[in-house]
Amino acid sequence: MTATIWWTVAGCTVVTAVIKAIGPLALGGRDIPPRLTGVIELMAPALLAALVITSTFAVGDQWHVGANTAGVAVAGIILVRRGPLILAVVTAVAVTALLRAAT
Amino acid sequence: MSAASAPHEDDRRESFRTGFRAGLPYAAVGFLLSMSFGILARDSGFSAEAAIVMSAVVFAGSAQFAAVSIIASGGTAGAAVAAAALMNSRFLPMGIALGPSLPGRAAVRAAQGQAVVDASWAMANRGGGRFDRWFLFGSTAPQYVTWIAGTMLGSLGGDLFTDPSRYGLDAIYPTFFLALVIAEVKDRTTLAIAVTGGLLALSLVEVAPAGLPVLAASLVALWGLRRGRAAA
Repeated sequence: MTATIWWTVAGCTVVTAVIKAIGPLALGGRDIPPRLTGVIELMAPALLAALVITSTFAVGDQWHVGANTAGVAVAGIILVRRGPLILAVVTAVAVTALLRAAT
Repeated sequence: MSAASAPHEDDRRESFRTGFRAGLPYAAVGFLLSMSFGILARDSGFSAEAAIVMSAVVFAGSAQFAAVSIIASGGTAGAAVAAAALMNSRFLPMGIALGPSLPGRAAVRAAQGQAVVDASWAMANRGGGRFDRWFLFGSTAPQYVTWIAGTMLGSLGGDLFTDPSRYGLDAIYPTFFLALVIAEVKDRTTLAIAVTGGLLALSLVEVAPAGLPVLAASLVALWGLRRGRAAA
Protein backbone atom coordinates (compact mmCIF):
# COMPACT_ATOMS: atom_id res chain seq x y z
CA MET A 1 0.00 0.00 0.00
CA THR A 2 2.72 2.45 0.99
CA ALA A 3 4.71 1.62 -2.14
CA THR A 4 1.61 2.05 -4.30
CA ILE A 5 1.00 5.48 -2.77
CA TRP A 6 4.55 6.71 -3.29
CA TRP A 7 4.61 5.40 -6.85
CA THR A 8 1.37 7.29 -7.43
CA VAL A 9 2.87 10.50 -6.04
CA ALA A 10 6.01 10.07 -8.17
CA GLY A 11 4.05 9.20 -11.31
CA CYS A 12 1.64 12.13 -10.91
CA THR A 13 4.59 14.47 -10.41
CA VAL A 14 6.27 13.36 -13.62
CA VAL A 15 3.18 13.40 -15.86
CA THR A 16 2.05 16.79 -14.55
CA ALA A 17 5.48 18.36 -15.06
CA VAL A 18 5.79 16.89 -18.55
CA ILE A 19 2.31 18.02 -19.63
CA LYS A 20 2.96 21.55 -18.37
CA ALA A 21 6.42 21.68 -20.01
CA ILE A 22 5.49 20.60 -23.54
CA GLY A 23 4.01 23.92 -24.70
CA PRO A 24 6.78 26.12 -23.25
CA LEU A 25 9.46 23.78 -24.69
CA ALA A 26 7.91 23.60 -28.15
CA LEU A 27 6.91 27.23 -28.60
CA GLY A 28 8.88 29.17 -25.99
CA GLY A 29 10.43 32.50 -26.83
CA ARG A 30 9.20 32.53 -30.41
CA ASP A 31 7.08 35.03 -32.16
CA ILE A 32 3.57 33.72 -32.23
CA PRO A 33 2.74 32.24 -35.62
CA PRO A 34 -0.03 34.57 -36.84
CA ARG A 35 -2.46 31.76 -37.44
CA LEU A 36 -1.97 30.50 -33.90
CA THR A 37 -2.89 33.88 -32.37
CA GLY A 38 -6.57 33.42 -33.09
CA VAL A 39 -6.49 29.91 -31.63
CA ILE A 40 -4.72 31.03 -28.45
CA GLU A 41 -7.25 33.82 -27.95
CA LEU A 42 -10.13 31.37 -28.09
CA MET A 43 -8.61 28.78 -25.77
CA ALA A 44 -9.56 30.61 -22.58
CA PRO A 45 -13.29 30.88 -23.30
CA ALA A 46 -13.41 27.28 -24.54
CA LEU A 47 -11.47 25.71 -21.65
CA LEU A 48 -12.92 27.84 -18.86
CA ALA A 49 -16.50 27.31 -20.04
CA ALA A 50 -15.85 23.56 -20.14
CA LEU A 51 -14.55 23.66 -16.56
CA VAL A 52 -17.58 25.63 -15.38
CA ILE A 53 -20.18 23.55 -17.19
CA THR A 54 -18.73 20.17 -16.22
CA SER A 55 -18.36 21.18 -12.56
CA THR A 56 -21.89 22.62 -12.46
CA PHE A 57 -23.90 20.07 -14.45
CA ALA A 58 -22.04 16.86 -13.66
CA VAL A 59 -20.67 14.89 -10.73
CA GLY A 60 -17.96 12.47 -11.71
CA ASP A 61 -19.00 10.87 -14.99
CA GLN A 62 -22.74 11.48 -14.52
CA TRP A 63 -24.83 14.47 -15.52
CA HIS A 64 -26.23 15.95 -12.37
CA VAL A 65 -28.41 18.94 -11.60
CA GLY A 66 -28.42 19.73 -7.90
CA ALA A 67 -28.45 22.50 -5.33
CA ASN A 68 -25.02 23.64 -6.49
CA THR A 69 -26.34 24.03 -10.05
CA ALA A 70 -28.97 26.44 -8.77
CA GLY A 71 -26.42 28.28 -6.65
CA VAL A 72 -24.02 28.79 -9.55
CA ALA A 73 -26.91 29.81 -11.84
CA VAL A 74 -28.03 32.55 -9.45
CA ALA A 75 -24.42 33.68 -9.11
CA GLY A 76 -24.22 33.77 -12.90
CA ILE A 77 -27.14 36.17 -13.08
CA ILE A 78 -25.39 38.47 -10.60
CA LEU A 79 -22.14 38.31 -12.59
CA VAL A 80 -23.77 38.95 -15.97
CA ARG A 81 -25.49 42.00 -14.47
CA ARG A 82 -22.02 43.18 -13.38
CA GLY A 83 -22.55 42.56 -9.69
CA PRO A 84 -19.46 42.15 -7.49
CA LEU A 85 -17.70 38.78 -7.49
CA ILE A 86 -17.80 38.46 -3.72
CA LEU A 87 -21.58 38.91 -3.72
CA ALA A 88 -21.89 36.27 -6.44
CA VAL A 89 -19.77 33.80 -4.46
CA VAL A 90 -21.59 34.37 -1.16
CA THR A 91 -24.94 34.03 -2.96
CA ALA A 92 -23.84 30.81 -4.68
CA VAL A 93 -22.82 29.28 -1.36
CA ALA A 94 -25.95 30.49 0.45
CA VAL A 95 -28.39 29.27 -2.22
CA THR A 96 -26.65 25.90 -2.42
CA ALA A 97 -26.49 25.40 1.32
CA LEU A 98 -30.11 26.51 1.87
CA LEU A 99 -31.43 24.23 -0.85
CA ARG A 100 -29.47 21.32 0.61
CA ALA A 101 -30.75 22.07 4.08
CA ALA A 102 -34.33 22.21 2.75
CA THR A 103 -34.17 18.87 0.94
CA MET B 1 20.02 40.90 -21.89
CA SER B 2 20.48 42.09 -18.31
CA ALA B 3 21.07 45.69 -19.39
CA ALA B 4 18.02 45.59 -21.62
CA SER B 5 15.85 44.01 -18.96
CA ALA B 6 16.87 46.35 -16.13
CA PRO B 7 14.32 49.08 -16.96
CA HIS B 8 11.63 46.42 -16.87
CA GLU B 9 12.40 45.35 -13.31
CA ASP B 10 9.72 47.65 -11.91
CA ASP B 11 7.20 46.40 -14.45
CA ARG B 12 7.94 42.85 -13.45
CA ARG B 13 7.59 43.58 -9.78
CA GLU B 14 4.35 45.43 -10.42
CA SER B 15 3.02 42.55 -12.55
CA PHE B 16 3.97 40.08 -9.86
CA ARG B 17 2.24 42.16 -7.18
CA THR B 18 -0.90 42.65 -9.25
CA GLY B 19 -0.97 38.93 -9.98
CA PHE B 20 -0.43 38.12 -6.32
CA ARG B 21 -3.45 40.19 -5.31
CA ALA B 22 -5.57 38.69 -8.09
CA GLY B 23 -4.57 35.20 -6.93
CA LEU B 24 -5.61 35.71 -3.30
CA PRO B 25 -9.33 34.78 -3.67
CA TYR B 26 -8.33 31.62 -5.52
CA ALA B 27 -5.77 30.90 -2.83
CA ALA B 28 -8.55 31.11 -0.22
CA VAL B 29 -10.72 28.66 -2.16
CA GLY B 30 -7.70 26.44 -2.75
CA PHE B 31 -7.10 26.33 0.99
CA LEU B 32 -10.57 24.85 1.57
CA LEU B 33 -10.22 22.43 -1.34
CA SER B 34 -6.79 21.22 -0.29
CA MET B 35 -8.02 20.76 3.27
CA SER B 36 -10.67 18.37 1.98
CA PHE B 37 -7.97 16.76 -0.18
CA GLY B 38 -5.85 16.17 2.92
CA ILE B 39 -8.78 14.54 4.70
CA LEU B 40 -9.67 12.39 1.68
CA ALA B 41 -6.04 11.30 1.28
CA ARG B 42 -5.82 10.20 4.92
CA ASP B 43 -9.11 8.32 4.59
CA SER B 44 -7.72 6.64 1.48
CA GLY B 45 -4.67 5.24 3.28
CA PHE B 46 -2.19 8.02 2.56
CA SER B 47 0.11 9.12 5.35
CA ALA B 48 0.07 12.85 6.11
CA GLU B 49 3.59 13.04 4.66
CA ALA B 50 2.49 11.47 1.38
CA ALA B 51 -0.51 13.82 1.11
CA ILE B 52 1.60 16.91 1.81
CA VAL B 53 4.41 15.86 -0.54
CA MET B 54 1.84 15.17 -3.25
CA SER B 55 0.35 18.65 -2.91
CA ALA B 56 3.81 20.22 -2.92
CA VAL B 57 5.13 18.44 -6.01
CA VAL B 58 1.98 17.72 -8.04
CA PHE B 59 -0.03 20.87 -7.17
CA ALA B 60 -3.01 20.08 -9.37
CA GLY B 61 -6.28 19.72 -7.51
CA SER B 62 -8.48 17.72 -9.85
CA ALA B 63 -5.63 15.32 -10.68
CA GLN B 64 -4.84 14.73 -7.02
CA PHE B 65 -8.47 14.04 -6.15
CA ALA B 66 -8.77 11.66 -9.12
CA ALA B 67 -5.58 9.76 -8.26
CA VAL B 68 -6.42 9.41 -4.57
CA SER B 69 -9.98 8.26 -5.33
CA ILE B 70 -8.60 5.49 -7.52
CA ILE B 71 -6.16 4.33 -4.84
CA ALA B 72 -9.02 4.41 -2.31
CA SER B 73 -11.10 2.11 -4.49
CA GLY B 74 -8.25 -0.38 -4.75
CA GLY B 75 -6.81 0.72 -8.09
CA THR B 76 -3.18 0.44 -9.12
CA ALA B 77 -0.63 3.27 -9.14
CA GLY B 78 -0.66 3.08 -12.95
CA ALA B 79 -4.42 3.63 -13.09
CA ALA B 80 -4.17 6.52 -10.63
CA VAL B 81 -1.39 8.20 -12.63
CA ALA B 82 -3.29 7.73 -15.90
CA ALA B 83 -6.38 9.36 -14.40
CA ALA B 84 -4.26 12.24 -13.12
CA ALA B 85 -2.66 12.67 -16.56
CA LEU B 86 -6.09 12.88 -18.19
CA MET B 87 -7.27 15.41 -15.60
CA ASN B 88 -4.19 17.51 -16.30
CA SER B 89 -4.41 17.16 -20.06
CA ARG B 90 -5.98 20.63 -20.25
CA PHE B 91 -2.58 22.04 -19.22
CA LEU B 92 -1.28 20.93 -22.61
CA PRO B 93 -3.30 23.48 -24.64
CA MET B 94 -2.79 26.03 -21.86
CA GLY B 95 0.99 25.51 -22.11
CA ILE B 96 0.88 25.80 -25.89
CA ALA B 97 -0.96 29.11 -25.54
CA LEU B 98 1.53 30.34 -22.93
CA GLY B 99 4.66 29.04 -24.68
CA PRO B 100 5.43 32.00 -26.96
CA SER B 101 5.29 34.35 -23.94
CA LEU B 102 8.11 32.52 -22.12
CA PRO B 103 11.64 33.57 -23.08
CA GLY B 104 14.91 31.97 -22.05
CA ARG B 105 16.58 28.60 -22.22
CA ALA B 106 14.54 25.44 -22.58
CA ALA B 107 14.99 24.34 -18.96
CA VAL B 108 13.95 27.78 -17.71
CA ARG B 109 10.86 27.80 -19.92
CA ALA B 110 9.87 24.32 -18.79
CA ALA B 111 10.26 25.39 -15.17
CA GLN B 112 8.23 28.56 -15.71
CA GLY B 113 5.50 26.54 -17.37
CA GLN B 114 4.99 24.71 -14.06
CA ALA B 115 3.38 27.89 -12.69
CA VAL B 116 0.30 27.30 -14.84
CA VAL B 117 -2.88 26.70 -12.87
CA ASP B 118 -6.32 27.41 -14.31
CA ALA B 119 -7.09 30.76 -12.71
CA SER B 120 -3.59 32.22 -13.05
CA TRP B 121 -3.38 31.20 -16.68
CA ALA B 122 -6.74 32.78 -17.46
CA MET B 123 -6.00 36.03 -15.64
CA ALA B 124 -2.50 36.39 -17.11
CA ASN B 125 -3.96 36.38 -20.63
CA ARG B 126 -3.28 39.79 -22.16
CA GLY B 127 -5.03 39.22 -25.50
CA GLY B 128 -3.44 38.99 -28.91
CA GLY B 129 -2.03 35.60 -27.91
CA ARG B 130 0.21 37.16 -25.21
CA PHE B 131 0.52 36.29 -21.54
CA ASP B 132 2.06 38.31 -18.69
CA ARG B 133 4.35 35.71 -17.15
CA TRP B 134 5.19 37.74 -14.04
CA PHE B 135 1.50 38.18 -13.34
CA LEU B 136 1.18 34.40 -13.74
CA PHE B 137 3.96 33.72 -11.23
CA GLY B 138 2.53 36.27 -8.79
CA SER B 139 -0.95 34.82 -9.01
CA THR B 140 0.19 31.23 -8.57
CA ALA B 141 2.47 31.99 -5.58
CA PRO B 142 -0.26 32.43 -2.92
CA GLN B 143 -2.27 29.57 -4.41
CA TYR B 144 0.74 27.27 -4.05
CA VAL B 145 1.29 28.27 -0.43
CA THR B 146 -2.35 27.78 0.64
CA TRP B 147 -2.57 24.53 -1.33
CA ILE B 148 0.18 23.06 0.84
CA ALA B 149 -1.06 24.70 4.04
CA GLY B 150 -4.60 23.39 3.52
CA THR B 151 -3.29 19.89 2.83
CA MET B 152 -1.29 20.02 6.05
CA LEU B 153 -4.29 21.09 8.08
CA GLY B 154 -6.57 18.53 6.46
CA SER B 155 -4.19 15.60 6.72
CA LEU B 156 -2.86 16.39 10.19
CA GLY B 157 -5.80 18.20 11.77
CA GLY B 158 -8.47 15.65 11.10
CA ASP B 159 -12.17 16.19 11.09
CA LEU B 160 -12.74 19.89 11.33
CA PHE B 161 -14.07 20.00 7.86
CA THR B 162 -15.03 16.69 6.40
CA ASP B 163 -17.52 17.46 3.70
CA PRO B 164 -17.25 20.77 1.82
CA SER B 165 -20.41 20.08 -0.16
CA ARG B 166 -22.46 20.16 3.03
CA TYR B 167 -21.99 23.90 3.30
CA GLY B 168 -22.41 24.66 -0.37
CA LEU B 169 -18.70 25.35 -0.72
CA ASP B 170 -18.59 23.25 -3.89
CA ALA B 171 -20.42 26.14 -5.62
CA ILE B 172 -17.46 28.50 -5.07
CA TYR B 173 -15.07 27.07 -7.63
CA PRO B 174 -17.49 27.13 -10.59
CA THR B 175 -18.61 30.66 -9.64
CA PHE B 176 -15.04 31.96 -9.74
CA PHE B 177 -14.49 30.33 -13.09
CA LEU B 178 -17.79 31.63 -14.40
CA ALA B 179 -16.56 35.13 -13.59
CA LEU B 180 -13.41 34.39 -15.63
CA VAL B 181 -15.49 33.11 -18.55
CA ILE B 182 -17.66 36.22 -18.52
CA ALA B 183 -14.50 38.35 -18.63
CA GLU B 184 -13.33 36.37 -21.67
CA VAL B 185 -16.59 36.73 -23.57
CA LYS B 186 -16.04 39.94 -25.51
CA ASP B 187 -18.02 39.40 -28.69
CA ARG B 188 -20.27 36.94 -30.47
CA THR B 189 -17.38 34.70 -31.51
CA THR B 190 -16.05 34.24 -27.97
CA LEU B 191 -19.59 33.69 -26.68
CA ALA B 192 -20.20 31.02 -29.32
CA ILE B 193 -16.84 29.39 -28.51
CA ALA B 194 -17.60 29.34 -24.77
CA VAL B 195 -21.06 27.85 -25.29
CA THR B 196 -19.81 25.29 -27.81
CA GLY B 197 -16.82 24.31 -25.66
CA GLY B 198 -19.00 23.93 -22.58
CA LEU B 199 -21.65 21.86 -24.35
CA LEU B 200 -19.06 19.68 -26.08
CA ALA B 201 -17.41 18.92 -22.74
CA LEU B 202 -20.77 18.20 -21.10
CA SER B 203 -21.81 15.91 -23.95
CA LEU B 204 -18.65 13.83 -23.38
CA VAL B 205 -18.89 13.61 -19.59
CA GLU B 206 -20.75 10.31 -19.52
CA VAL B 207 -18.81 8.61 -22.31
CA ALA B 208 -15.18 9.79 -22.04
CA PRO B 209 -12.76 9.29 -19.13
CA ALA B 210 -12.69 12.18 -16.64
CA GLY B 211 -10.50 15.02 -17.87
CA LEU B 212 -10.86 14.34 -21.59
CA PRO B 213 -14.11 16.35 -21.96
CA VAL B 214 -12.34 19.56 -20.93
CA LEU B 215 -9.36 18.78 -23.18
CA ALA B 216 -11.75 18.16 -26.08
CA ALA B 217 -13.27 21.61 -25.53
CA SER B 218 -9.92 23.17 -26.40
CA LEU B 219 -10.33 21.84 -29.95
CA VAL B 220 -13.17 24.34 -30.39
CA ALA B 221 -10.50 27.06 -30.23
CA LEU B 222 -9.20 25.82 -33.60
CA TRP B 223 -11.98 27.98 -35.00
CA GLY B 224 -9.41 30.74 -34.40
CA LEU B 225 -7.38 29.48 -37.37
CA ARG B 226 -9.89 31.30 -39.56
CA ARG B 227 -9.57 34.46 -37.51
CA GLY B 228 -5.77 34.35 -37.52
CA ARG B 229 -5.79 34.07 -41.29
CA ALA B 230 -8.15 37.01 -41.55
CA ALA B 231 -5.88 39.11 -39.31
CA ALA B 232 -2.69 38.13 -41.16
